[in-house]
Amino acid sequence: MTEISPTERRLRELASKRILVIDGAMGTMIQRCKLTEADFRGERFKDWHKDLKGNNDLLSITRPDVIFDIHSQYLEAGADILETNTFSSTFVAQADYGMEELAYELNLESAKIARKAADAYTAKDPLKPRFVAGALGPTNRTASISPDVNNPGFRAITFDELRRAYAEAVRGQIDGGADIIMIETVFDTLNAKAALFATEEVFEEKGVRLPISVSGTITDLSGRTLSGQTAEAFWYSVRHAGLLSIGLNCALGAREMRAHIADLSRVSDTLICAYPNAGLPNEFGEYDESPAAMAELVGEFARSGLVNIVGGCCGTTPPHIKAIAEAVKGLPPRVPPKIAPRLRLSGLEPTVIGA
Amino acid sequence: MTDTSASSASFVMVGERTNVTGSARFRKLIREGDYPAALAVARDQVEGGATVIDVNMDEGLLDSEAAMVTFLNLMAAEPDIARVPVMVDSSKWTVIEAGLKCLQGKGIVNSISLKEGEEAFIHHAKLVRRYGHAMVVMAFDETGQADTYQRKIDICARCYKILTEQVGVPPEDIIFDPNIFAVATGIEEHNNYGVDFIEATRWIRQNLPSAHVSGGVSNLSFSFRGNEPVREAMHTVFLCHAIAAGMDFGIVNAGQLGVYDELNPELRELCEDVVLNRRPDATERLVDAAARYAGTGAKERVVDLAWRELPVEKRLEHALVHGITDFIVEDTEEARLKAERPLHVIEGPLMAGMNVVGDLFGAGKMFLPQVVKSARVMKQAVAWLMPFMEKEKEELGITEDSSAGTILMATVKGDVHDIGKNIVGVVLACNNFKVVDLGVMVPAQKILDTAREINADIIGLSGLITPSLDEMCHVAAEMERQGFELPLMIGGATTSRIHTAVKIHPNYNRGQAVYVTDASRAVGVASSLLSDRKVVYIDDLRTEYARIAEEHARGREEKRRLTIADARANRFVPEWTGYTPPKPTFLGTKVFESHDLADLVPYIDWTPFFSTWEMRGHFPQILDDATYGEAARPLYEDAQAMLKQMVEEKWLTARAVIGFWPAYAIGDDIELYTDDGRKERLAVFHGLRQQMARGNTRANFSITDFVAPKETGLADYIGGFAVSTGFGEDAVAERFARANDDYSKILSQSLADRLAEAFAERMHALVRRQFWGYAPDEALSTDEIIAEKYRGIRPAPGYPAQPDHTEKGTLFTLLNATEAAGIQLTESYAMWPGAAVSGLYFSHPDSQYFGVGKIDADQVADYAARKSWDMKTAERWLAPILNYEPKRAAG
Repeated sequence: MTEISPTERRLRELASKRILVIDGAMGTMIQRCKLTEADFRGERFKDWHKDLKGNNDLLSITRPDVIFDIHSQYLEAGADILETNTFSSTFVAQADYGMEELAYELNLESAKIARKAADAYTAKDPLKPRFVAGALGPTNRTASISPDVNNPGFRAITFDELRRAYAEAVRGQIDGGADIIMIETVFDTLNAKAALFATEEVFEEKGVRLPISVSGTITDLSGRTLSGQTAEAFWYSVRHAGLLSIGLNCALGAREMRAHIADLSRVSDTLICAYPNAGLPNEFGEYDESPAAMAELVGEFARSGLVNIVGGCCGTTPPHIKAIAEAVKGLPPRVPPKIAPRLRLSGLEPTVIGA
Repeated sequence: MTDTSASSASFVMVGERTNVTGSARFRKLIREGDYPAALAVARDQVEGGATVIDVNMDEGLLDSEAAMVTFLNLMAAEPDIARVPVMVDSSKWTVIEAGLKCLQGKGIVNSISLKEGEEAFIHHAKLVRRYGHAMVVMAFDETGQADTYQRKIDICARCYKILTEQVGVPPEDIIFDPNIFAVATGIEEHNNYGVDFIEATRWIRQNLPSAHVSGGVSNLSFSFRGNEPVREAMHTVFLCHAIAAGMDFGIVNAGQLGVYDELNPELRELCEDVVLNRRPDATERLVDAAARYAGTGAKERVVDLAWRELPVEKRLEHALVHGITDFIVEDTEEARLKAERPLHVIEGPLMAGMNVVGDLFGAGKMFLPQVVKSARVMKQAVAWLMPFMEKEKEELGITEDSSAGTILMATVKGDVHDIGKNIVGVVLACNNFKVVDLGVMVPAQKILDTAREINADIIGLSGLITPSLDEMCHVAAEMERQGFELPLMIGGATTSRIHTAVKIHPNYNRGQAVYVTDASRAVGVASSLLSDRKVVYIDDLRTEYARIAEEHARGREEKRRLTIADARANRFVPEWTGYTPPKPTFLGTKVFESHDLADLVPYIDWTPFFSTWEMRGHFPQILDDATYGEAARPLYEDAQAMLKQMVEEKWLTARAVIGFWPAYAIGDDIELYTDDGRKERLAVFHGLRQQMARGNTRANFSITDFVAPKETGLADYIGGFAVSTGFGEDAVAERFARANDDYSKILSQSLADRLAEAFAERMHALVRRQFWGYAPDEALSTDEIIAEKYRGIRPAPGYPAQPDHTEKGTLFTLLNATEAAGIQLTESYAMWPGAAVSGLYFSHPDSQYFGVGKIDADQVADYAARKSWDMKTAERWLAPILNYEPKRAAG
């Protein structure tokens, strides 16, 4: 039986009073630091056999000061929740760098840094407690889509491999002190289900329970995830895990995301979390929506009663988060609706029995 | 923008078209690996409005887990199918779990129950929940399936409490199946089954909030199988009341449902009386009225002698088409008196009748058992005419041959199986071919000499075990060498189009080797080979075989194999720590001189019996099958009657020998010792290991993995057995052959085969419960035994888990099987009598059946060394599983 953890109770209590703010992009901020290959390698990996520049997660080990500083900037901007620097910290995603062995350590160290930053700000203002969300990224492989168009039954990764990868990451997050397990940027719901399965297993193994959040990605204007699900079908697929929040991030700007957040808000009886990109990329592949413009759109989500947690993804910076925090300040949070108990199934589309 | 409103439904009909146990067609597609066509079945269902797609791959011959995974993965790639949720349907938890790992959506598991106790139930429910799916819960507990109202509601209430309170399943995710059983069976206790279900449904919906109710509807009307109008009325009436009581899911084919208000009022009332158990004579009244409502399906049940009024030619045709021998002699005689010459009766009305049979068979409107019965009629008619024709021949000196051609048939050297060949012979004879059958274990030279002697037009070879494939290649090569040009037809369980194209065909360029799928194709192939368009036919065939060979060659390169070292590193390792292997109650062998046949009958698996008769479908559903039912029911009745006689009159003797020995696994071998001192080596069984590259977490199995390795120090054991029910079979078959009754001959042979399998099953049960004794309390139903739900396995050498037939030699020496049980081995390691089964016993709880698949040269070399063979010998015995083309030795 799923019991509610003390952290979840505190978060739900806070969320019933105000809209919470989650931080902005990590990658965008790291890019701005103009780090070199040597920064990524540090002393420990100076002789590593592969190029490491671009392995942002590794900075939690080799340049923890940089990551701590970015976290602090977002906290200063008003974020209630920090996401750890672990988008690619699974042995599956780290294979590109030959660093599969480091997966646990990356999660552990990243969680510790975020914990330290969050605790420092909580100490400064105990009335505004800060939380750490241990991020589990999508990996670079999909469990329900074949990478080979000529062989649609083929899978580059199995559920069980993902389950092992995510279990290791969750252990690192818990040991490093994360408050929330955040399964985010979900392209393929089966990957997310493997992450949820692994998270439950690790909770059982360690005898602890943290709140879990899931954030999907509607990849384009088709209104579907990469694996083909609508937002409502996606929700029914992950609802069993007893989530703190369901939401969307990445791929779309706030404008394009709105309709899908509205769908989720209507059918979901838990908190809604939205952290879109800073608009759609321009012709140079850059995100250029200004903090004010983005805050206006996200503020409208709040005014329409669609959201409980808001923040930013690609292209967003501390000024974006500051503007968003200010835009939602004082606005009432969405009250999750009571959903009638019906058998709610899904394939790519939802099916409700007896509705 | 997408349509965000969810589709909804209040009564969900779950079809069975993507269910191998419910659809013969789907089973065939999956078995043949025709996934594109299988996907089309799923697509049709979705387009037809299916709310949920039920996928079931529970079939003995399938790797159900692999089939489930392949199909679900392919379905995921088809957005127009993957739109709807999936019901993962299996009686095996491992298959369910494999399926759940492929589903991104939220589907339904069908099913879990308390059958294996509360712990297993909770474990499964928890996992279903963790994978994020809803679940069908059967009203089944530790003591069995719930039949009465009280048992149904007690079990459902208990499950509900456990699921909602201990596991945390939301009640709306629970679908109860409180079991629909057959009513109107004539057994009084069954009369209330319909009411029990409906009332249990009502109770569940009132007392177990938000839970759903489902059931398999066709069971209800089982006693009226064959009478579709009555069945349809019963289903319609039943569902009307059950849905009103709250049933909201049903496994039912839409075609088997009518509209309540449109039913004939009298029939509706009679059905309602039965379903609702409203009066004590309800069953009797419905049975009495049923015949009046029966459609075409039930017509033949009434003995209708109206056809006796027809002219004699039509009477002969009727007798042939319907397989009736009762009047055949008097009708033939009447026809003879009318005809100028006896031969004209054959060439006239009898052949005309057989042509009708041939056409119906070719069009799929008649099935094998019916055709064989027709042949029996024909044979008896010809037998009556024979003396008159002989006499005419003497008097007038006339000889003539009006046959379509002479076909010489034989089961090759080393092989003893001939049911399939007999069937083909009968079908050919029905179509006016003259068939000369040399029987079983026929050496190549004898076949060729006879072919010359009788001036055969075609040679047909049959074989069941894999070494026969080599012998067929040899026969083909000899035909080439000795200058034959006549066509060579290849058939039998182990043969295939690929093998014929790649291995046999290249040996015989002067003539043509042709693979024949089954008896129903034999006539078409033989006729084409002897017709004017023979050249075109052979030309097409050669093009096709060249294409197959080329594809095969290309396919080979794609099959990646692990090295044997890597495969061994990924071997299956059960948890040996804390495990104590069970010790058998005796060591050495034990002989069973004459086991009671009656004891074997309940263990018969009828499904393969029907496939012998080329009717593929699960028993007992096949009796009800829309296509096969009409042919399957009389066959089953005949089989039951003959079986009864077989048992009562002791036509066959069942003999067996079993044995147990101390054993350790050493590498991929199993060493057996003379006694528990484990010093003196008695024998070695050799294992072959899977070398397929596993993308997932499955191990590369060998049978040796199920025996404790020596280094564990665990005193483990292995068992072996050889059983046969074939003693007396030949005499019985001979007796029927003399009576011109091929139908009964083939029936007796197919029953002897089934009894041998049943004996193996029965003996295995005795071993588990008593002789090895590791499962003394095992209480499984026949269905569960057939579904291999017990602990331990009994793989046979020569079959997928150990494809080397020569290992049977070691087994037979250990068992002293020839002396102890009278079973012999041929040079190809086939068992004689043919109705025999042998194999090894493994007791480990994790032991399981698997297929070795193709292996590479490194393992073949290793295996050859272990068996003290040269490479060539190893490659010959392992030919069917080689993943490469062995170098051909000269000559």
